[in-house]
This record gives sequence, structure tokens and C-alpha cells, in this order.
Amino acid sequence: MAVLLSFEALRKEYFGVPALRDLTLDIRRGEVVGVIGENGAGKSTLMNMIGGVVAPTSGEMRWLGEPYHPRMPSDATARGVAFIHQELNLFTNLTIAENIFVDDFPARFGMIDRAAMRQRTAELLSQLALEVAPDTSVDSLAPGERQLVEIAKALHRDAELIIFDEPTTSLTPRETAKLFETIERLRADGKTILFISHILGDVKRLSDTVVVLRDGQLVAQEPAAGFDVPDMITAMIGRALGGLYPDRTAAPRDEIAFSAKALSQPGILEDVSFDIRAGEILGLFGLMGSGRSEMARIIFGLDPLEEGALTLKNQPLTGGVRDRIARGVAFVTEDRRAEGLLMDAPIAENLSLVSIEEFGRAPLALLDHARLDHRTEQLKTDMIIKAGDIKTQPARALSGGNQQKVVIGKWLMRHSDLFILDEPTRGVDVGAKFEIYALADRLAAAGSSVLFISSELEELMGMCDRIMVMNRGEVMGMFDRADFSERAILAMAFGKQAAGKEVAA
Amino acid sequence: MTDSGPLPATAEREEPALAPTVGQRAKRIFLSDYFVLYLSLAYFLVLMPFLPTLSNPANLANILSNMWPLLVVAIGQTFVLTIAGIDLSQGSVVGFTSVVGAMLLAATASPDVLSNAPIWGLIIDETGGPLAGVPGGIALAIAAMIAAGGLIGAANGLAIAHFRMPPFMVTLVTMIVISAFAIFLTQSENIRNLPEAYIQLGKGDIVSVYFGEQDESRIPRREIYSFITYPMIIAVTVAIIAHIALSRTVFGRQVFAIGTNRRAAEISGVPVKRVIVLVFTISAVCATIGALLYSTRLEAGRPTLGDGNFLLDVIGATVIGGTSLFGGKGKIIWTVFGVFFFVLLSNTLNLMNLSSFHIDMVKGAVIVAAALLDVLRTRLIRGGI
Repeated sequence: MAVLLSFEALRKEYFGVPALRDLTLDIRRGEVVGVIGENGAGKSTLMNMIGGVVAPTSGEMRWLGEPYHPRMPSDATARGVAFIHQELNLFTNLTIAENIFVDDFPARFGMIDRAAMRQRTAELLSQLALEVAPDTSVDSLAPGERQLVEIAKALHRDAELIIFDEPTTSLTPRETAKLFETIERLRADGKTILFISHILGDVKRLSDTVVVLRDGQLVAQEPAAGFDVPDMITAMIGRALGGLYPDRTAAPRDEIAFSAKALSQPGILEDVSFDIRAGEILGLFGLMGSGRSEMARIIFGLDPLEEGALTLKNQPLTGGVRDRIARGVAFVTEDRRAEGLLMDAPIAENLSLVSIEEFGRAPLALLDHARLDHRTEQLKTDMIIKAGDIKTQPARALSGGNQQKVVIGKWLMRHSDLFILDEPTRGVDVGAKFEIYALADRLAAAGSSVLFISSELEELMGMCDRIMVMNRGEVMGMFDRADFSERAILAMAFGKQAAGKEVAA
Repeated sequence: MTDSGPLPATAEREEPALAPTVGQRAKRIFLSDYFVLYLSLAYFLVLMPFLPTLSNPANLANILSNMWPLLVVAIGQTFVLTIAGIDLSQGSVVGFTSVVGAMLLAATASPDVLSNAPIWGLIIDETGGPLAGVPGGIALAIAAMIAAGGLIGAANGLAIAHFRMPPFMVTLVTMIVISAFAIFLTQSENIRNLPEAYIQLGKGDIVSVYFGEQDESRIPRREIYSFITYPMIIAVTVAIIAHIALSRTVFGRQVFAIGTNRRAAEISGVPVKRVIVLVFTISAVCATIGALLYSTRLEAGRPTLGDGNFLLDVIGATVIGGTSLFGGKGKIIWTVFGVFFFVLLSNTLNLMNLSSFHIDMVKGAVIVAAALLDVLRTRLIRGGI
């Protein structure tokens, strides 16, 4: 196979600090290349150089043997590079066809030729097996479908190289499966794919070659077939990780700390009941739309509950968010950027946000800065948050994993009896994932109850005492640790009647 | 971030440890809290040779006396902008509360002027307002003004926090309704004959300077230049309290949190609704204190006191100081400098004998430039360029 894109001693420095060190690599045409590495390993820098967002400090890029120096993103697009980003860049208020043609509307007599637009869009959509009308508004599409529209856009521009950056983070397993089929099809059509993901199983499954970056250097380039996930992790972090999950340090206690009885909210939850013991980690698995995040919001008091009762430490749990926090409920939201962090505020202000009222001195609630600084510094050390001066550095400047530690950290400034962790490891690299798991274990060992919500079944199986499965707002079943089975849990989550189904206590 | 791939923003922050270059030094000045103050002083020095009257004591006293009332109102606006809101009703609160104070305190009123007004006979008549000559009447009248202003602000805040209505809409309607109501109350007339002790609040001074020979036993008032005045003391007190509230209290932290990300603040247990109501109340109370200063200086209660371009002055001065219209970023000290610059600018334009049309055009251009600077500063801080 011919080489489509090659890098020769490619180097990028930011203010003298190398982010990519003399990378030499060939990407062959028609290949799916998985790119992995911890956050900060240089993946984004490399992609930004391919996309014309930043220029290399030294070294050379070649496109089909020709020197390739994109000065701006549109140069890269013109050559045939397309990006499918984590956060999609679609205009949700426009139709599919309008999105695809947004930068070159076909015109006839100075008017937009809508018929031509529709026809071409329909062709592209059928190529991708997306069965919706070209005039459908993008905001009515599911995340997976939106991604296919992005791909259609790339195909419309005759992209040669399609770069997927964490494409599966907001997709359901079904949508992910469909995306992978699409990628297979693109490869069969001779397109070259760069696939960046933290989900190493996916990378192995999908790629022909896997490229590992660490500290801005190429540390491995292996055929995916013989490159197993533990080896990938070793290459990424430069040492063997003692297992993916920490050992649990304490067994759950006997007393029931939190219980939900017959929760119902029309269209969201139906007769959901379950208990969590003190010191227990209860996993909650379900597909998107199963009601798992919605239930978390209801327990935290963000959304209304029509029927049913919540009990924490034998007292009914009622009222708004503030009442629940006062009672000892902590909620790590799945949407870190929009709901978890004050992105532009310093890290210390983020850490102290939940407990800030405890640092006010009567009568005017003047802040006790000395105590506040001491506590936030302590937390930074304790949680190994990799940051400079937390009083000035904004949360935005942290990597995903460290941002997530800040989101969790703000709940650790005070004691909570129930921790709701909604997708706590989404978009977080392997090393930080391990630290977050260890933290969940520590919370449980200290006697708190943890409700761990995730769409990664593996991590639930690695960390939880029990796993509860939901589908369409109903509890489908509950598995004890001894009975964990990926197949049975998945089957149940997809709504198939699993044999030997136990109903939640 | 892992130690391997620092973002440009961090790399930049680490650099000043080395010997700073001219560019870096310029950038540090540009990003400093005192940038607008430096700018004002530079502007002053540049114009001094061309406008000889600029630096004479009468003009300096004039600049200061124009600064204090505007500062108090702009401090209120600073809180609102910091939670990513906007308060368009401040001007109407100024007009309305000036009428409230005056109608309660006026020593006498002329039927020729006010007999058509609905308050005539009900609250005020030839014998003045209900609090005229009453011991402690001035304090009571001020309390009534603050209560009236505070209620308007609280109503704004309640509508915005509890019904999630946009601040722009809510305060625009309040502005229209309250200015109309104030004009209706007096039928657009001013209420004069305010008690001397009340007027002192706006005109009185503690330290004043007289330049020249004392050849008469009484010095004409206009030749005495006041520097430490009651308005100054009131405004500086308000500024210090506001500075502490915004930067050193739990409340201040919550204000910034809401301005940066309201949803994240809500989920973190910040009492978002309470803080929003409080912020709009503070804004209206500041407008009321501003009304007290304006109205006593004018020696009248005037329903249209906060009309015209007053709002442009308030929001313009606040934004020039550096408080962001997008929320999450604001400091009282910035507003102090912004107001100073804005008042200085107006003053110099007046001294140049420009027409009010020209003055407003220049002011508008300066505000646009300030908004542009805000964008530039944000980008520099984030290290995007």
C-alpha cells in the first residue's frame, strides 16, 4: 500500500517545551490506524498539525510524497483531511442537507438549488445506511446519527484521511456498533482512518496498526492483531499497571444506608426500587435513554419525582438540591464541562464551591482564607491533581482526568453518605481512571454508599459489589459480584428477557 | 495535565520567572488591574498641554464631584454584570427614588407647579412633604428611598431567578414602567425646596481649598474648591463595602460561580435564586444611593434624573473598567478606574467645546474599544495568541 501521509522528524515546541519530539511515522493508504496515549502525550498536537491548526517547529510532513504544509484548517480540508470530533461541529438548527452543503451551497440562477442538494445528500446518507430524509433537522437526530452526518460531510468533500477523535464517548453500544461498521466500510472504499480513543478494546478491534505516543514520542507501532490491551497500557504509561482495577479494601457493611422505594416519574422511571448498603458500590448499567442519568438527577433533587420515596440513613430524603447536599448526598455529573466545573475559574475556587459556606465567618460570612487555602492545597496533594498554582490556574487548563478529579474533589471537602458518580471516567486516560477507581473504593471503605453509573460495563464489573441493570426506566435485574457476566448483563440491558432474572430487593 | 505536554497557557505563565522582555512587560501592564488607571493618567498628561483648564483646581474638583454618584451606581451594575446579567432599570430607579425622597422632605411646594400631580394633596402640598421639619425626617426619607429602590430590585431579581426570564427583558420593562410612574407622580415637574441638611449630603464638604486673597469677609461659594466631600465619603464607603462583599465573602464567591456557570453552581449547592435576587437588589439600592447624591446636588427631586444617556454612562464606565458583559469577571477596583476614565473623558470632551452629539459619538466609540480590549485581554490570558 502506498504511503498517504508521512512525518519526518516532526517536532513541535510550545515556548521551548516540546509537545512532540521528532516523530517519524508513515500512514499507509487504506489503513485504519489507532492512535493511543495518555492525555498530554502529544496526540492533539499531532492532529492539530495535520489539520493546519498549528505549524510544526521543525520536521516535515508529506502527503503522497509531496511536501504538506497546511497553513490553516481549510488547506487541510482542501487536501482531503476531515475531522470527526468528540464535540460535533454541526449546526443543530439546520437540516442535514444544509449542514453538508453549508460552505458550498449549489446555486442555480443565483438561488440555492435545493433539489440538487437533497439528491446528493440522499446518496451520501444511503451510502452510510442512515435512513432519514435529507430535510430532517439535525437537532432531532441522536448523537450517533449526528456523527454519521459529520461523516457524510467528509465524504461529500472527498476526504482521503478521516480522523476520528474519541468518537464513541456519547454513543450507545448500538450506535457504536453501527459506527464501527461504517468505519469498516470506509476502509473497504480505500479511505484512510486515524482512530483516537481511550477505549483500548475498540482500538484493538478496529485498527490495522496501533500507534502509541508517550511524552511526545512514538513508543510503539504494532499491528493490532498481536497487540493486546495490557501491552498497550504498558506502552502508554511506560510501566505495567498492577491490574486495571484496584483491589477493594473493605467489604460492604450490613446496614442499608440508602433506599429507593417504588420511584415513578411518567416517561422516565417506572416503579424503581433498590437499596445501597453502607460501604457498598452499586453499579448502574443501562443504555442511553434507560433512565440511569435521569434517576441520578431525581435522587439529587434536580428533577421532580411524582411517586415513591427516598431514604438516607433512615430519614426520608426530600427537598431541593441544597437540602440533599445538607443531608450528605454528593453528585458527580456526567457533563463535566457544562455542569461540573467553572471552567474559567481557578481550580481552588472549583474545589471549594460546594463547601464554601463552611468557610464563612459569622456574622458577615467573611471568608477564612487561610483555612480555605490550606484545605484546597491539602486536597490537591491528596488527590494528586497535576496542576500549578491552584489559586490562579483555571480548571480549563487541566487535562480531562485532572478536571474530573476536581469535580470529585469538591465533594470531598465535606462528608457525604451517598455518592452518585455519573460516568466518572468518561474522557479520562488510563492512569487517571485507576485513580478514580481507587477513590471510589476509598469512599466505600470509609462507609459511604456509592452509586456508580457507567456505560462501560467492564469498569462496573471491575469495581462494583452489585450491578443493577435498567432499561426504559425500569429495573431489569440485579447481579451479585459472583454472578457478573458480560453477556447476561448486556442482554438484559438491551431488554431481552434473561434467564434466571432476579428482581431487585 | 501530565508533565509531558504543557498547554501554551502554562508555559506562558512560567516564563515571567526569566528576565521579562519589553513585550512581556507591556503585556503585564496591559493585563494588570491598574491598566485603566495608567491609561487615564496617560490621557490626562497628554491632553494637559492642549487643555490648560484641565488641571486647574476647579476642574479637578469638578471631575471628582462628577465621579462619585456615577461610581455608586456603576458598583451596583458591576455585581449584576458579574452574574452575567444586566440591569437596565437603574436609571429609572434613580429618577423614581429622587422623587420619593423629595416629595417626603420638601419644605414647601408651589401649587402652580405641582397642583396637577397625583401626589398633590395626598403626599405633598403648600406645607411641604410629610417628613418636612420632622426630627430624623431625613433619615426616614432616605430609608424610604432605599426601601422603594430595594423593592424594585428585588422584584427584578425574583422575576429573573424564579421565572428564569432574561434580565435584559425584565429590567427593560422595569425601566419603562418605573420611569413612566415617576413622571406620572409629578407630572414631569421637579420637586424643589429641599431641606438644607439634605442638600449637604450632595454638596457639603469637609476639606475644601480656597486659592487667592481673602479681601472680603465672605468668600463667594464658587471660588471654594471642595475635595473631601460628603458624596466622596459616601461613594468610597460603598466601594469598600462592595469590594469586601465581592472579593472576601461567601456571597462574592457565589456571585462569581453563578456568572461563570450557573448550572454547575446550582448542582454544587449554591443558592442561585437567593443570590440573583440579592444581586439585583444591591444594584437597585446602589442606584438609590446614586439618586440621593444626584438629587441633593441638583437640589431637587426629578423624575427624569436617570434618563437619556445615563445608562450608557453606567454600563460604559463599568465595562471600560474591565468587568465582562459575559459574566464571571468583575472587580470593584476596575469599576472605580473605569468611572474615573469615563468622567475624565466626558470632562475633556466638554472642555474641547464639542457638542453633546459629538461627545456621545466619542463615548460610544470608546465603549466599543473597551469591549474589544476585553476580548483581547481574555485571549491573552488564555494564551490563545
